[in-house]
Amino acid sequence: MGKFIVKRLLQCVLILFFVALIIYAVMRCLPTSYVESIARQRSSLPGSKSYTEWLAQLNAVYGLDVGIFRGFLKWLASAVRLDFGDSWQYNVPVMEKFKDVIWYSFALGAVSFFFELIISIPAGIIAAVKQYSKIDYAVTVIALIGVSLPTFFFATILKLVFSIKLGWFDLYGMVGRYHEQLSAWGQFGDIAKHFVLPTCTIVIISIGSMMRYTRTNMLEVLNSDYIRTARAKGVAENKVISYHAFRNTLIPIVTIVGGSIPGLFSGALITETLFQIPGIGYISYQAMVGGDIPFSMFYMIFMAVLTLLGTLIADILYAVVDPRVRVN
Amino acid sequence: MADKKDLSYLSAKESRRITKENRKITKEYEKQISRKDVPESEYLTKMHNDKNILEIDNLHTYFFTDQGVVRSVDGVSFDVPRGATIGVVGESGCGKSVTSLSVMRLLQRPIGQIVDGEIRFKVDDDKAYDIAKMPIAEMQHIRGKKISMIFQEPMTTLNPVFKIGRQLDEVFELHDKETKAEDRRAKSIELLEMVGIANAEGVYDMYPHELSGGMRQRVVIAMALACQPKLIIADEPTTALDVTIQAQILDIFRQLKEKINSSIMLITHDLGVIAEMADFVVVMYAGRIVEKGTLEDIFLHPAHPYTIGLMDSKPSVNKDVDRLYSIPGKVPNPINMPDYCYFRDRCEKCLDKCDGEYPPLIKISDTHYVACYRSEDKEVKE
Repeated sequence: MGKFIVKRLLQCVLILFFVALIIYAVMRCLPTSYVESIARQRSSLPGSKSYTEWLAQLNAVYGLDVGIFRGFLKWLASAVRLDFGDSWQYNVPVMEKFKDVIWYSFALGAVSFFFELIISIPAGIIAAVKQYSKIDYAVTVIALIGVSLPTFFFATILKLVFSIKLGWFDLYGMVGRYHEQLSAWGQFGDIAKHFVLPTCTIVIISIGSMMRYTRTNMLEVLNSDYIRTARAKGVAENKVISYHAFRNTLIPIVTIVGGSIPGLFSGALITETLFQIPGIGYISYQAMVGGDIPFSMFYMIFMAVLTLLGTLIADILYAVVDPRVRVN
Repeated sequence: MADKKDLSYLSAKESRRITKENRKITKEYEKQISRKDVPESEYLTKMHNDKNILEIDNLHTYFFTDQGVVRSVDGVSFDVPRGATIGVVGESGCGKSVTSLSVMRLLQRPIGQIVDGEIRFKVDDDKAYDIAKMPIAEMQHIRGKKISMIFQEPMTTLNPVFKIGRQLDEVFELHDKETKAEDRRAKSIELLEMVGIANAEGVYDMYPHELSGGMRQRVVIAMALACQPKLIIADEPTTALDVTIQAQILDIFRQLKEKINSSIMLITHDLGVIAEMADFVVVMYAGRIVEKGTLEDIFLHPAHPYTIGLMDSKPSVNKDVDRLYSIPGKVPNPINMPDYCYFRDRCEKCLDKCDGEYPPLIKISDTHYVACYRSEDKEVKE
């Protein structure tokens, strides 16, 4: 097992190298250039140097006067020491900005993920056990709605109903108007209240696929021979489902769930932007629009690491729950 | 155009209508079998013959599919005497497995339902239950303890995520709650040894995927024997195994039968296995019994053309033939069964009478019954 993990980690390093190279190249080729826009600003000031002079000077300052590959190597040399440089847009070290915003994203992601799991897995299992019943149809329809609704549309509907018509929640933002005057618990409650709508949006959008996945898997397991064997042994029906079938259904579910745990840190770009929650998704979106190469590079690499970590965790968990794939 | 109706074609509308109707019917059955707190008196019954362990009487098991009602088992009756081996033969889809699943009440619900008939089973020396009328929840005290079942596919019958030991121990846990964990372990290992597994202690801690097909089937057999059931249903236990393993498994059956004195209901399409194992034989065709009798009756004096055809289509060492015989034609569509003898269209020995209604079971000796008009003249009146 140890050997397997080491091998996988080495593969990950190789993949990361190429991912970073490609992203860097793409970032350099983007039509939005931070340097160009600054140069344009500066040159339009009265009595300033010309645009080209500004551009040359800024390029030298920001290290963009070298070719893509050499620039990449330079970036890589500091990145391997976990030094991602300063964000151009936010004027602070990338890591500092990251530390400021990541926990909002994580809180949002973790709470949504928790609700997603406790709603979708039981619902999927019940739908499978009572196939073609009313509950099954209800679950299938809800799943379909969840899968097909776009985030921005659904978030807007929620805002319309709960913020504008009912006035229960604020339209966007993370804190209310009187946040500063509240007690510590009051402040926590205030933030929690502002997280309700974003969480609802993410949960409803994401439960659909998980429910369908659970249902399909459970149905497959319930029709398998070993479930019939369990029944033939005299196992009570609810134990057949909760023990014999559930353990087998868990195999693919755990893989997916384990694989998405690193994703909790990746932020929900669209939802965060819609509700203006300053999480990593929203901040990176702005950095990217502004052509902030250090921050965007960091965020992209961070996402790549999370994805690779996700698959690695999924593989390890797979071996934990399914004895057939255990590597000796 | 309208008069050219293809029987195998179903319009979506028609299919929906059938589905809706079926739902209504199966819902009623489901309600009936899922009831709670059913008094025992409702399914208590008396055996017709005290020597029998199981009496299947006029069993009808239907599948309410979206294409229509499939009469998988349509009026099957036979007895399993205590300590005897009954062989049930027939080609694929003739209802032999469904019969056994009906006895275990393991039919695929809600589409598969026992619609009529009795399955009398002797649970104790002085008590018999009608399994067909039992609520499904009560069956868990019978399955595995009084009747156990061995399935066809050893590769998929064991749960892949639990160790062999865990799966064996569970049977004791379910039916013999007093035993301690160590005792269960000892018992399970003893069972594994009994079915001829050399490294029983090692296998106890293995996962199913670490064993070969033959080994797995032994484990399944061990599992079926755990509580010394009165009846073991073996549904094609050797079909998926190669010939040498088949012989070994059959050997185990024979030895075990002497050891624990259970009755065996052996379901197979392999006449060789039947010849070697069975005391009585039931031949099924398209959901009905076409012939039943002792092993001698069936093998030495087969009376039904289908049985004769089956005998001819099995390879024999002594006979020198170029081509193996095969029964011409195919089984009628299970949804639109004809009202005459189901075998008529494939039969080479038809009489005029065969166009009439389905022949009744005719008794041609004390033990030998056949559903064919050709044997009418040999009928023994009671």
